Amino acid sequence: MSDVSGALPRAKVVHSTFASHVGVAFWAALVVALIAIPYWGDRQMMRLLTEIYSFVALASLWNLLAGYAGLVSVGQQAFVGLGGYTLYLCALWAGFNPLLGLPLAGVIGGIISIPIVVLLLKLRGAYFTIGSWVVAEVFLQIFQLVPAVGGGSGISLPATVVLSIAKSRSTRESVIYWIFLALAVAVIGVIVILLRTRYGLALQAIRDNETAAKSNGIDVNRARTVVFVVAAAATAMVGSMVFLQKLSITPFSAFSINDWTVNMIFITVIGGIGRVEGPILGTVIYFVLREFLADLASAYLIILGVVAIGVMLKAPKGIWGYVADRFGWQLFPLARRLVRDAPLRTKSVRTPG
Amino acid sequence: MEVVQVIVQGVLLGGLYALFAAGLSLIFGVMRLVNIAHGDLIVVAAYFAYFTMQAFGIGPFTSLIIVVPVIAAFGYVLQRCLLNFALGDDLPPLLVTFGLSIIIQNVLLLLFTHDSRRLYAGPIEMASWKFTPDFAIGVLPLIQFGAAVLIIGGLQLLFYRTKIGRNFRATSDDPAIAQLMGIENRHIFALAMALSLAVVAIAGVFIAVRTTFNPFYGPQLLIFGFEAVIMGGLGSLWGTLAGGILLGLAQAVGGQINVGLPFTAGHVVFLLVLFLRPQGLFPKVSV
Repeated sequence: MSDVSGALPRAKVVHSTFASHVGVAFWAALVVALIAIPYWGDRQMMRLLTEIYSFVALASLWNLLAGYAGLVSVGQQAFVGLGGYTLYLCALWAGFNPLLGLPLAGVIGGIISIPIVVLLLKLRGAYFTIGSWVVAEVFLQIFQLVPAVGGGSGISLPATVVLSIAKSRSTRESVIYWIFLALAVAVIGVIVILLRTRYGLALQAIRDNETAAKSNGIDVNRARTVVFVVAAAATAMVGSMVFLQKLSITPFSAFSINDWTVNMIFITVIGGIGRVEGPILGTVIYFVLREFLADLASAYLIILGVVAIGVMLKAPKGIWGYVADRFGWQLFPLARRLVRDAPLRTKSVRTPG
Repeated sequence: MEVVQVIVQGVLLGGLYALFAAGLSLIFGVMRLVNIAHGDLIVVAAYFAYFTMQAFGIGPFTSLIIVVPVIAAFGYVLQRCLLNFALGDDLPPLLVTFGLSIIIQNVLLLLFTHDSRRLYAGPIEMASWKFTPDFAIGVLPLIQFGAAVLIIGGLQLLFYRTKIGRNFRATSDDPAIAQLMGIENRHIFALAMALSLAVVAIAGVFIAVRTTFNPFYGPQLLIFGFEAVIMGGLGSLWGTLAGGILLGLAQAVGGQINVGLPFTAGHVVFLLVLFLRPQGLFPKVSV
């Protein structure tokens, strides 16, 4: 067997750039600082941060679907709610420690998403979008109809269940805080790792040109199925923790399109769709705006909608996409550059003209 | 006899869903735009009819004389000033109309609160033809169904028998070539949106006479229209009528089984059709 690669100049793919080294150092320092917060921060601050982490995770997952796999779903609330109910039901029926519900929510969300994605992938583009909405509506209506899961009025988590996490309130709150932080970091970590694999390359090819990707031998449907299932499992896990903190769940809060999908779409579009940094920046902007505009209630959503439309029309890659294109920044090692191991034997190449 | 009654009601309701679907299908056909705000625009038409009726002291059907042209003109402007700029890629039209949908809902909420409203058509609402003691057909549902069939037939004629219809089809087939032939796409797209919203206005008034509406009623209507489009088969106007009727039937039968079930039954039938026959009942273009 002749060594095929020997015939070619040896080269490897390098993901990192100077900016991404700076970026990784920045994220590492940020995560360390955030881990330490329970030791000095107050309860209100921790509460706000857990909410921010859940938004970062959910928006990043929506971005993975829409920005990379071309699957614009408006039905992710189906998995948020499913995760929430999974945690509640296994704490109430099986008497598990509620934290066991977290991995279980991931498993159940992943399994249930398989038939859903098989069905929805029969629809293309915007029809996929509305189809995902129908599925979420079906979840909402089924959970309203079944008395065993509390019907329309839902279920509350008894104090004994909450106490089984940890006896002291501050320990409990710290544990929940760290789990939220771990979820957000894990979601972004998994996305970065996924994007660096062959699947990631395939996804980006699909995003840029579906037909060209197909003609290069990429199994578009398989890549999309994998991404949808991964995103569904992770969304359900985030959902389980969100509702553990809320202490009660109803079909309308669990499967709310406004809470779990609309916000995530606006955050991602404004921050930068198809960039890992986008949803993180978008979440920061969302919460800063909310601090100032919280009193406006429904006007707040109108403003977000107007801003999102403006961004979509004027800078479709979002704020981060605009910055990244202009300055060549990336805060995660995701670029692909070919770097040669040894200098190539010089060989004169005559360029025409 | 009760079974027949349920079936007839379902079929007549389906005509209304077919109208939602026709408007959605029309703009998808001409400019490949799926308007996520379609349902919210139906609700806007209903609110506009509500205040037109109050202002002039007229009935809902008379109000159409004002509502249809105004909503159509609004559609033309909306397309020229906003949606034309979003066309092209896959993502922008989807996300822009989605943003529009959220904006419309919340503006309606600010203006008109969460209260449910309905358009009152007077004694005609109660009128029905009794065929046997336990089988009657409501006059209003029959008028709505008849109007739906007429409108869909009219759209069919417009698309295949008129100059503007030819322009629509040419732009749909190849916008670049159509433009080379002297058709101004931006104008054609805006006309298509105006026509779609004219249909929407009629459908909005009909549905608002039938049931109550509030600012957040739109997405449900979008979903009904969408289900009818997909079940009927993309690109076929008569197919959307069939899809609408199938959806109406599923809801009527579901409602008969359990009061809480009609919409779920509709969704389940839709998912079944999607599973068994993803190209729809009468496909014209592939999904």
